[in-house]
Amino acid sequence: MSGNAFFGVFAKSPIKPIEEHITKVHEASATLMDFFQHVFKKEWQQAEQVRLQIRTLERQADVMKRDIRIQLPRGLFLPVERTDLLELITQQDKIANKAKDIAGRIIGREMDIPSEIQDDFLIYLSRCIDATKQASNAINELDELLETGFRGREVILVEKMLVELDAIEQDTDEMQIKLRRQLREIEGEMNPIDAMFLYKIIEWVGDLADIAERVGARLELMLAR
Amino acid sequence: MDFIASYGTMLVLIAAAVGFFMAYGIGANDVANAMGTSVGSKALTIKQAIIIAMIFEFAGAYLAGGEVTSTIRKGIIDASYFTATPDIFVLGMISALFAAGAWLLIASALGWPVSTTHSIIGAIIGFALVAVGTDAVTWSKVGGIVGSWIVTPMLSGIIAYFIFMSSQRLIFDTAEPLKNAKRFVPIYMGLAGFVMSLVTITKGLKHIGIHMGTTEGILLSVAIAVVVAIIGKIVIQRLKYDPKADKEMQFNNVEKVFGVLMILTAACMAFAHGSNDVANAIGPLAAVVGIVANDGVIGAKSELVWWILPLGGIGIVIGLATLGKNVMKTIGEGITHLTPSRGFAAELAAASTVVIASGTGMPISTTQTLVGAVLGVGMARGIGALNLGVIRNIVVSWVITLPIGAFLAIAIFFILRTIFGI
Repeated sequence: MSGNAFFGVFAKSPIKPIEEHITKVHEASATLMDFFQHVFKKEWQQAEQVRLQIRTLERQADVMKRDIRIQLPRGLFLPVERTDLLELITQQDKIANKAKDIAGRIIGREMDIPSEIQDDFLIYLSRCIDATKQASNAINELDELLETGFRGREVILVEKMLVELDAIEQDTDEMQIKLRRQLREIEGEMNPIDAMFLYKIIEWVGDLADIAERVGARLELMLAR
Repeated sequence: MDFIASYGTMLVLIAAAVGFFMAYGIGANDVANAMGTSVGSKALTIKQAIIIAMIFEFAGAYLAGGEVTSTIRKGIIDASYFTATPDIFVLGMISALFAAGAWLLIASALGWPVSTTHSIIGAIIGFALVAVGTDAVTWSKVGGIVGSWIVTPMLSGIIAYFIFMSSQRLIFDTAEPLKNAKRFVPIYMGLAGFVMSLVTITKGLKHIGIHMGTTEGILLSVAIAVVVAIIGKIVIQRLKYDPKADKEMQFNNVEKVFGVLMILTAACMAFAHGSNDVANAIGPLAAVVGIVANDGVIGAKSELVWWILPLGGIGIVIGLATLGKNVMKTIGEGITHLTPSRGFAAELAAASTVVIASGTGMPISTTQTLVGAVLGVGMARGIGALNLGVIRNIVVSWVITLPIGAFLAIAIFFILRTIFGI
């Protein structure tokens, strides 16, 4: 006997899983703080442990991403565009990938970050992680947005959060310029290849904030419809 | 008239047994649909849902089930064509019951969401077509009924949309959602109480011998609504709220308030379901009993025999208590993607639509109406995800149920005729 044929009408909502996914990818990016602490002290073994943590988080996020995609087949009636949700999850996932790449590259080359820029680098990194945190906060408003039918005050609240996210991203841009200038002053004393890669790392850390902003932009588009 | 005279008691017993079985099937299967929204949104435990369903299904069947029963009993086919052959009419009604019951059994086993209403009406039309011909079917009435199957889901969808939007405007999209929830939820409760009591008072009470004028009925309904609202307010004030569970918008606690409201709308839903669907099981039975009691004379203005509505009500309750429990359990473990504020909008809209249809004697499908209401809330962007494919399957199974019900009734009708030799 089955009376639940009717209850097949209710599909699994993608909202909570998307929130859990961004929380996971943010965790991956936030773990970079810990990672660089060890890198600065050249504690390569501990750093490797933390890198493995980040890789695990990235893999978990990958699995979550796949699950969400599978549960979003065509023929669902959603409060927002299905394509928007799929794009959002793709962007979110890139944060974890980037964190993994950064840690992997540093470990692979056992890169030394010159002590002159360590402090500023850490502030810069922490600001970029602020951006992923802010993106995570905004995405975690999705269930509240669903409660309010994606309209009204809650939308305004989320839009404010996204303005804040943009501001953080701009901060990181300026910090990046400053950091590169500092690096340029000391690059002569460095192994040229190391210097090249350090520029690359600075860029990638900035990418964390860029992707976070793109996640926010996706959310904004979703709300604009 | 020998046939009726000699087999009368036996025919009534057969019809009562099959009617009871149908009611049992409705209780086992359909009630879960009506109550599932409350269980699925975790506003009610399974045990609570079953107790509420038992009380209000029975109350709905007994107090407000009469109108639809009389439609099925004498509205769909023109009984004057059977004046000379009441035996055919009686056998036909029994065939219709058998056919609808059998089809429900098959469909349930296969997991298809068929409508009991569609089955029984298809079956009655089927036997009338072969017994007399197209003339015997009151096509205007049937047209109205089939039309209502399209209109009622749309109507309940529209009502659900507006109830949901009103709750958004009054509660969710405000500076203090919790405060407004405490203020407005009792009003929704009063509204639910008003619709239910109005239909019961104006349409149901005459079966138990109480007659009341329209004005008195409305006044009494308003009084009941006020009482319901006050009780609701007291319950809501006594709730424990957890200020820590909340972010800026207080929605967790707001949903708690709606959880209280959902207990009431679940009761309404059970009441509405009982009032409309009991007729599917006992309408044909009532027809059989009416003829046998009048010694085969059709058309005599007969009141509904007193024991028929309670029989249907008890059948539903027993079905629910035995098999329905399991169905409810699977639902309770299944969906959680529905918060009480959404479930309430869907249930209140569906319950109001169904109970009004019951009042006007329209046999409609409760599940269909509920699907319409759920879609209405979905249109207002209130539900995480709905499966359009499943909705399409439901619609298809409804459409094919009519001819299948008719076909089965025809087959069983011929078998019974052969057995009884008429």
